[in-house]
Amino acid sequence: MNRYRPRTLALELGMIATALVVGFPVYVLANLAARPASDTSSPIRPTGSPTLENFTHAWQQGALGGALANSVLVTACSVAIVLAVSALAAYPLARVTARWSRSTYLLVLLGLVLPFQLASLPLYQTMRDLGLLGTPWALVLFHSGLQVPFTVFLYVGFLRALPRDFEDAALIDGCTPLQGFRYVVLPMLKPVTVTALVLNAVAVWNDFFTPLLYLSGSDRQTMPVAIAGFVGQYVTDWNLIFAALVISILPVLLVYFLLQRIIINGFAGGLRG
Amino acid sequence: MTLASPARRARTTPPWWFMAPALLLFAFVVLVPSARGVYYAFTDWDGLDPHHSFVGLGNFADMVRDADAVQAIWHTLVIAVSITLVQNAVGLLLALGVNSAIKSRNVLRVFLFAPAVVTPIVTAYLWRNLLGPDGAVNSLFGAVGLDSWRQDWLGSADLALWAVVAVIVWQFAGYSMVIFLAGLQSVPQEVHEAAALDGAGPVRRFWSVTRPLLAPAFTINLMLSIIGGIKLFDQVYALTGGGPGHATDTLSTLIYKDAFTLGEFGYSIALAVVLTIIVAVASTGQYAVLSRSERAAS
Repeated sequence: MNRYRPRTLALELGMIATALVVGFPVYVLANLAARPASDTSSPIRPTGSPTLENFTHAWQQGALGGALANSVLVTACSVAIVLAVSALAAYPLARVTARWSRSTYLLVLLGLVLPFQLASLPLYQTMRDLGLLGTPWALVLFHSGLQVPFTVFLYVGFLRALPRDFEDAALIDGCTPLQGFRYVVLPMLKPVTVTALVLNAVAVWNDFFTPLLYLSGSDRQTMPVAIAGFVGQYVTDWNLIFAALVISILPVLLVYFLLQRIIINGFAGGLRG
Repeated sequence: MTLASPARRARTTPPWWFMAPALLLFAFVVLVPSARGVYYAFTDWDGLDPHHSFVGLGNFADMVRDADAVQAIWHTLVIAVSITLVQNAVGLLLALGVNSAIKSRNVLRVFLFAPAVVTPIVTAYLWRNLLGPDGAVNSLFGAVGLDSWRQDWLGSADLALWAVVAVIVWQFAGYSMVIFLAGLQSVPQEVHEAAALDGAGPVRRFWSVTRPLLAPAFTINLMLSIIGGIKLFDQVYALTGGGPGHATDTLSTLIYKDAFTLGEFGYSIALAVVLTIIVAVASTGQYAVLSRSERAAS
């Protein structure tokens, strides 16, 4: 089965052809972003006069640097908070078998089913009353709470499969529960923490609906909302829009290709978690 | 050794207050607003005025009469089911291809998964141009002599919904692939060899050996795609804005429009309640069916 046969070669060529189809939009994206607006030939013909002009224009006019910084801030803060509180909460939820623990866990799991559309409108009003609308902190608060059910679910599943002996030993050695968690449990949670980090970071970074609601009209937009605003402003100037799209994709793809093993395992890790 | 038994009985019981920060955030962001949402669904709240009156089932009765809402619910279901079927079929084929002896398998795996990490709103704007009347898709058909295939993909009420489905499959088939691949790699090589020795061909081996062991991967993939499809907002917003007319409006785009362009928060939240019910029914129904087949497989 592992030998390379003529049929394997046919499969190889078929898969490469599929990859070319998948990659076709990326080629057009790069081609249009790199050609001057005066070039109106077919979008699939490689441009004869590539330029970086669209990129400099898009960067300056779209305030994309600020949007990038906001996205990094919101993602880093939200993910750090949600991982910390969820790992801590998962510890008693996974270890205590009393009734209050089991019913609390079910309540948290209910959050997996509730779509955020239901909560986002009443929460919009609360954020407005608290004066948080238009600030990145509204988003940090939102994601820190929204991602709790899924992250707790990952941690509890992982913790239940871990033996308790180390924690018990730590207690006997005189650790407080918090010390036991910090020095004994937390290090053992590293694999599931990587999975949770990857999945949460991608979810928060890519979110569009919430920042569209909570940041509309503010000058502290995240990347997805800044891109939507940019498209709305330069409606038909597709060369400029494509340059902005490339700028927003590049940091994501850079991180992806650098950490591809960790990221792909993170996405596949939901299976084992 | 005599110390072992008292040690084993000294269980660490982590204190309940470890849960407090997570529960507070969860209650503030999800539980309390969701409960308030359910309440507002029975009012005529406009989102600004704290005064509102109770209208009973009025919003839901309006919904039944509202052709746009009925259509949006239908589109939501069509999109969720089509994405679930097509994305997982393509993802499974890609996973089988990448799990074979081909030399490019590692590069292809990384490459084919890449679209799944890119921001959906960004890829949707890219496709809005590609699928336009003078876009790259039509140019490509023209270049290979298929001029009759050229269409205004997003401007046609018959095609736009399928164009949205195609864009999502393009982006997330690699995601399904990665999850199926993890399942495939958990199938021990010896089991395959044993089945081959017993005279089972490749199709038979897939059906009788691989498929049952893929059950957990199927559960996760179907869950992710059906719930993602039901909640779909970003791609429709960027590709068609729900148009042409209301041909691609989903529950989520209608919720957004009713609340933020029409100011009908009460009605909009009633739509969100319907969305919640659909998600709950789909996920519990699917969970029940799939966990039964998972048990049957093991």
